[in-house]
Amino acid sequence: MSKGFLEIENLSQRFPQPDSSDLMTVFEGVDVTINKGEFVCLIGHSGCGKSTILNVLAGLATPTDGNVIMDNKEITGPSLDQGVIFQNHSLLPWLSARDNVMFAVRARWPNWSKAKRLEHAERYLHMVGLDHAMDRKPAQLSGGMRQRVGIARAFAIEPKLLLMDEPFGALDALTRGVIQEELLKIWSETHQTVFMITHDVDEAILLADRVLLMTNGPHAQVAESVKIDIPRPRERATLHQNDAYYPIRNHLVDFLVNGAKEMSAKAQAAAARGDNPRHSPRIVNPAKPEASPEPGPRMVRAV
Amino acid sequence: MLSNLNFRATVLSLVMLVVFLGVWQLATAPEVIAPQQGELSEYEQLMGGGADRSSSSGIPAPTQVFSHAFGELSNPFYDAGPNDKGIGIQLAYSIYRVLLGFALAALIAIPLGFVIGMSPLLNKAFDPYIQILKPISPLAWMPLALFVIRDSNMSAIFVIFICSIWPMLVNTAYGVASVRNDWLNVAKTHQLSNLRTAFTVILPAAAPTILTGMRISIGIAWLVIVAAEMLVGGTGIGYYIWNEWNNLDLASVIFAIIMIGIVGFLLDASLAQATKFVRYAD
Ligand SMILES: Nc1ncnc2c1ncn2[C@@H]1O[C@H](COP(=O)(O)OP(=O)(O)O)[C@@H](O)[C@H]1O
Ligand SMILES: [Mg+2]
Repeated sequence: MSKGFLEIENLSQRFPQPDSSDLMTVFEGVDVTINKGEFVCLIGHSGCGKSTILNVLAGLATPTDGNVIMDNKEITGPSLDQGVIFQNHSLLPWLSARDNVMFAVRARWPNWSKAKRLEHAERYLHMVGLDHAMDRKPAQLSGGMRQRVGIARAFAIEPKLLLMDEPFGALDALTRGVIQEELLKIWSETHQTVFMITHDVDEAILLADRVLLMTNGPHAQVAESVKIDIPRPRERATLHQNDAYYPIRNHLVDFLVNGAKEMSAKAQAAAARGDNPRHSPRIVNPAKPEASPEPGPRMVRAV
Repeated sequence: MLSNLNFRATVLSLVMLVVFLGVWQLATAPEVIAPQQGELSEYEQLMGGGADRSSSSGIPAPTQVFSHAFGELSNPFYDAGPNDKGIGIQLAYSIYRVLLGFALAALIAIPLGFVIGMSPLLNKAFDPYIQILKPISPLAWMPLALFVIRDSNMSAIFVIFICSIWPMLVNTAYGVASVRNDWLNVAKTHQLSNLRTAFTVILPAAAPTILTGMRISIGIAWLVIVAAEMLVGGTGIGYYIWNEWNNLDLASVIFAIIMIGIVGFLLDASLAQATKFVRYAD
């Protein structure tokens, strides 16, 4: 079996409940492999455990079971190998945009000279189009600009894995579109491995090589791995003209509307029977019907 | 618009001052009660008030206070023996005690508050002691301090220390404990050492709260030093007031009261200025 760059193995997370002595199983038995340089999006309904998975990958949370191996090393805690972009930007408000990025660069390369750090930080701020706003504090930046600084900071440390938790969730649609394109640009220049959570189907189709679909919790599973078979470079304006666009979009939306709930009921029934919950996502390519004849929910529980 | 508001506020302030001084002047002018110019009233003679002859109530008129203030301020640092020192020297003693006690308190309260703020366990463990020690009047410590330290000057400094420590301790612990989790996660994902996290993330995040605590502390310390010096005697603005009261020199007492207000304002303003440097908009 060939090992991928990032191996999520039999991952489960259970939390104690306030009004019961039983643990609540958020998700269980998750097996996912991500290759180097891949852009993977994770979609699922609110509360199914997406952030929990991301926090495990970031090393900020410890899973109840299973483990994550990146580049042949187990992830045991947060490190500079995993860059994180949170939904609420999490910039340090007392530092300027430039100093926020410098802060990260300094943590990554403590031995660099100040001039080199500065040059590096400004290069990434330039990539996200913030040349004119480097001296401003986060409070003086718009929501979109703050998120751009967050992107620059995360890319600047050149992590092995970039994690994003609904990074554009708080932005208006116009700003989101602009920043998505900036993200595509910076990603095409750096070819980071990216794992991103989103609730926006179009965003996922625009950005991702592959979309992981998660069923509802509790006992959530990563049910499908949907290939986004649309050539790059992609542009928002022309994306829908691609033949693959609508089959993919319909498949994703259909999963969210119907599949996520139905499969969740099956998973809960299986958990009640005591079946082994370990599963790999079913690989789906809606653009090539022979690989997956009917786009839409199929009650296949991959084992 | 704003400058217009400032201008009007300044005018109003000045009007209030003039009215207040005018009423004071009229209330203390002898003509109002007894138009007996040229002669001393019996009471004034009893009070030995030949010099204060324009005063009928014993309260000096503002003009007297000002001319007295002018005299004192034109030579603030003279030293003519233990009971006769310039106002500058007396204030300097008080400021020295306040700053020393305050600095010692900061030296302990800020690092300790940091540790307490970082550890929920220590936070809970220290809490009952802080809650009980905090409301004790600092002057209640005075006898104990005099007995243990056996030095009145050091006892006054100790009283300042003990009253300054609580606001700084409580605010530092609170500021450190309420640093946003997001920022701590930033420190974690950037693999900062604990020390670097403390200095580059927690300290700047908590600095405004810490400085607010320092500002409260110095305000209390300045309130307390006057009372403490009245008790221990010797030097300082508190002793000066008490001494002038014993001399029945009310012009000096009023002048000293005004000086206490001005110095207290300056101490507060300097910390307010420092707060500006560390404040951040979120
Ligand atoms: N530290 C925690 N303790 C208890 N329950 C938690 C904790 N973190 C998350 N949960 C629960 O786990 C579930 C998944 O949360 P989350 O991963 O944030 O969902 P998502 O990001 O998909 O919206 C939710 O029901 C949430 O209440
Ligand atoms: Mg979430």
